[in-house]
Amino acid sequence: MPDLPRKKAGIIACSGEEIACGTVTRLAALKVLHQLRADDTVTLCLPLFLAGGEGERTFARFYPTITVDGCELKCAARATERYSAKPAASLVVTELAAERGISGIDGRRRLNEAGQRAVEATAEVLAALVDEALGRTGPAREGQP
Amino acid sequence: MTEGRRKVVIVPCSGIGKPFGTVAREAAYDLVEDLRPDATILVALSKLVLGDEEARAIVASHPVVTIDGCKLNCAAKMVKESGGTPSREVAVLEVFRQHKDLKPEGIAQLNPAGSRLARVLAEGLLPAIDALAAAAKEDDHA
Repeated sequence: MPDLPRKKAGIIACSGEEIACGTVTRLAALKVLHQLRADDTVTLCLPLFLAGGEGERTFARFYPTITVDGCELKCAARATERYSAKPAASLVVTELAAERGISGIDGRRRLNEAGQRAVEATAEVLAALVDEALGRTGPAREGQP
Repeated sequence: MTEGRRKVVIVPCSGIGKPFGTVAREAAYDLVEDLRPDATILVALSKLVLGDEEARAIVASHPVVTIDGCKLNCAAKMVKESGGTPSREVAVLEVFRQHKDLKPEGIAQLNPAGSRLARVLAEGLLPAIDALAAAAKEDDHA
């Protein structure tokens, strides 16, 4: 058997600097990348789709991507689909926060307590979406957050 | 922009993979929240990537300063693609070369040296931002 590279999912955060929920997307993506699914994920810089990142565009054409947006503009999801391929899954922080009853997210530079809870919730959902996209939802995943 | 005067637009890199991107973002926050809150405004790079009309109109009609975290210069490129012309293009790496004692570490949370590098970068931009704000004010009154 050839030694094939491990299939990974790409997480693309809007990282919207103007709003606190943009910060939530970035920190949640990093939590998944560094802690929750370190072996299964990479992050892709959204601007690189347009600013010369052929590697980013190619990755997103051939590997599953999961976008996480801070607001209803859905810049990450829409730009990923426009310049590369339709994401395997998409998540919007404002919608998730509403579902989870998290209100008052504030602090684009330093998130408040609600923002921190939103990061945890977003990262948890992102990790599940990674498992789903990679088809790794079986017993091996039991016990992981 | 409804304030009645043109502010200087700050567009930082959205980099998520390296500490230098975080320095770019921190420097932008230093400017718009601490150092020149009345004269500057932040525009998210993701809006320019998407082609958001409002964001494009803002960068096309205001003085713009870009702060990039790596040599790909996404922020500067995207402003140009959006019809704007950066008045100043700053690269974190260039500032770091002048302050090698301030090595940034940490992406989610910068180390103190990284935060200091961001502040040094932001403070270095103040003369340019003040000049751009003054010129914009004169234009608005002309």
